[in-house]
Amino acid sequence: MMSYEKSILVAEGVTKSFGSHKALNRVSLSIPENSIYGVLGPNGAGKTTFLRIVNQITYPDSGTVYFNGEPLKQEHVAMIGYLPEERGLYKGMKVGEQVLYLAQLRGLEKQEARARLKYWFERLDIGDWWNRKIQELSKGMAQKIQFIVTVLHEPRLLIFDEPFSGFDPINANIIKEEILHLKERGASIIFSTHRMESVEELCEYIALLHEGEVILDGKLFDIKRKYKRNLYSVQLETAKGEAALAGLREHFQILSPRFDPLIGHLDFTVQLANGEAQQFLAKLGTTGSIIRFVETVPSANEIFIQTVQEKMGNE
Amino acid sequence: MSKLGLIIKREYLAKVRNKSFVIMTILSPILIVGMVVLIAYLTKVNDSDKRIIAVLNESDYFTGDFTTSERTAFIKFRSISLESAKDSTLSLGYYGLLFIPDAGDMQQVAEKTYFFTKDAPNTLVLNQLESIFSERIRSKRLEDLGVSALEFKEIGSGFELNTATFEGQTNLKGINEIKAFIGGGFGYLIMMFIIIYGGFVMRSVIEEKTSRIIEVIISTVRPFQLMLGKIIGTSLAGVTQFAIWIISASLLMYVVLSVFGIDISALEAGPQIGPAMPGMETVSPTSDTLQLYASELYKIPWTILIISFVIYFVLGYLIYSSIYAAIGAAVDNETDTQQFILPIILPLVLAIYIGFFSVFNNPNGPIAVGFSLFPLTSPIVMLMRLPGGIGEGGVPLWQLITSIVFLGLTFIGIVWLAAKIYRVGILMYGKKPTYKELFKWLRY
Repeated sequence: MMSYEKSILVAEGVTKSFGSHKALNRVSLSIPENSIYGVLGPNGAGKTTFLRIVNQITYPDSGTVYFNGEPLKQEHVAMIGYLPEERGLYKGMKVGEQVLYLAQLRGLEKQEARARLKYWFERLDIGDWWNRKIQELSKGMAQKIQFIVTVLHEPRLLIFDEPFSGFDPINANIIKEEILHLKERGASIIFSTHRMESVEELCEYIALLHEGEVILDGKLFDIKRKYKRNLYSVQLETAKGEAALAGLREHFQILSPRFDPLIGHLDFTVQLANGEAQQFLAKLGTTGSIIRFVETVPSANEIFIQTVQEKMGNE
Repeated sequence: MSKLGLIIKREYLAKVRNKSFVIMTILSPILIVGMVVLIAYLTKVNDSDKRIIAVLNESDYFTGDFTTSERTAFIKFRSISLESAKDSTLSLGYYGLLFIPDAGDMQQVAEKTYFFTKDAPNTLVLNQLESIFSERIRSKRLEDLGVSALEFKEIGSGFELNTATFEGQTNLKGINEIKAFIGGGFGYLIMMFIIIYGGFVMRSVIEEKTSRIIEVIISTVRPFQLMLGKIIGTSLAGVTQFAIWIISASLLMYVVLSVFGIDISALEAGPQIGPAMPGMETVSPTSDTLQLYASELYKIPWTILIISFVIYFVLGYLIYSSIYAAIGAAVDNETDTQQFILPIILPLVLAIYIGFFSVFNNPNGPIAVGFSLFPLTSPIVMLMRLPGGIGEGGVPLWQLITSIVFLGLTFIGIVWLAAKIYRVGILMYGKKPTYKELFKWLRY
């Protein structure tokens, strides 16, 4: 059993098949309250199916999803905001009416929705678009409206499927800021994407999905620590590159060195044993002047590939 | 407001505010009334077009027969040759030249008679001329036989077989047809409504798919709610449109008729083709039979008919429009819908044909009974049978009940199936579905 107290969402053994294709296979996840959680994996890994189950668009063949400690039920849609990957708005409908309609479907009162809309319109600098139709709006403006629709009812759990695809960089940044702001105000956030690098910096927790199964999940910091291999990237300023390299090679394992004699820069990666860093730095200090010494942390993408390879090797 | 209520309201407003919908609503009655006025006008114009026919009669017969009538005027040529008569006819711009040679007795003269025209002659004109000849020949023969025209008229007086039921009730000819027409009107209304507004439901589903809003919506409401709301909202818009059409068309018709003074009964009479047989009078119903017809129409169980109409309309429309919704969900654009639409339209068209052929002949025959029980055709066929009454001599009560129960069960089954296809289909993009694929979706 997982702990329910601190989790906004818990999935237990969720399985879903489409015909003979198993989209999700006994997926268990726990999404902590007030966190940013990344559900990552390539296309077809089952991310969208999982999100659709959380949004009660489809239902699992077996397994249970708990929202705030209760088995998921229809009333919970009022506490969830969902920005699907396939998103759009009624083209021929006026902006104000449309957002009010969608907010009411999420259980918001009309007057309340109107007041909050005003706030968001000012905040995102949308101005007097109330009576314009969606088809008259620029794409960026429509995206902002789409975002407002997702957050207007102040959900406790926000779900973004491929959040930044299709957004122009300026809007993507605005949205990113707003999401962080919502998190500060207590919301829990799920990001789902196949472009892992796009959300890596934002996520505190991740789960890696591969062919319908969770192959890795937990705190991103812990996972990275577990997967780092004591590799350091080094840049050194020295006039005699070859000699310096030879000196270092006597004691350490140097990978892919490159020396630029014009500016006297020596670049390489070094593989150190545990606790060897101090010793290496001391030696490095006597060889030349250190420009850079950084630990190479694997990206989520690299971790994903490595995990998949390990898994396939085991089978 | 409940979520279903919200959806119905949105669908209704989206539909009635739609520009093409508004235009159609306003324009249709104007078009219909305009058409009627145009036809009336054209008929009038046609009537006033008078034809002039030249007659060159060299014989001693048919001399007084060509009298100028409302539409045709006859000009007699005297003592000129056929050639010059032809020339004069052409140069004067007359419609044609009737040449009656001097060729012996009346029969022979008639056989040698020619009608010359510039182009092939109008059938109406030919009929008119032919009947003049045949009438004259007939009365000549009767005269030879020593029978006067008056006596012949009495001999030829029409005969009608009296019919009655075993209970001694007088039957009226054509009353079955009239009744089936009334029921058929209701059935036809259902068919039109299904085809027009079912199509609207389908397009509305496709629009939600292509605009990609569907997933946003169904993360807040159940797909079934959305489908139902869409169907109800669209049909309310349809009812509104029908009501506006009926009211405004009748108002407009009233105004137009009183302004232009067009007599609508002139339209019903249609173009008169000369009587096929002289002496055969057009049967005009006496006031007695009219009274009988009126009382027969009065005997139609209007209450049951109207109640059944509402039941069949609602169930039939819901069945078909949920199929339309499922089709809309299964495809990505309207062009892919063709293969699925035909099987829907087929039973509807079949029902109308069965109705007009089979029910007219025998409202209680096996075909009529069968199709009025079969759920996909019953809304139309049963409504055609119902004006005949319930029970004795009409539709047995058990048939009506069975038919409605079948329809109700089918409604539940079809809506359930359609909702399943809809639920899966709305989230499928870029697939051109086959029937096999749809069948698979039922198990998702």
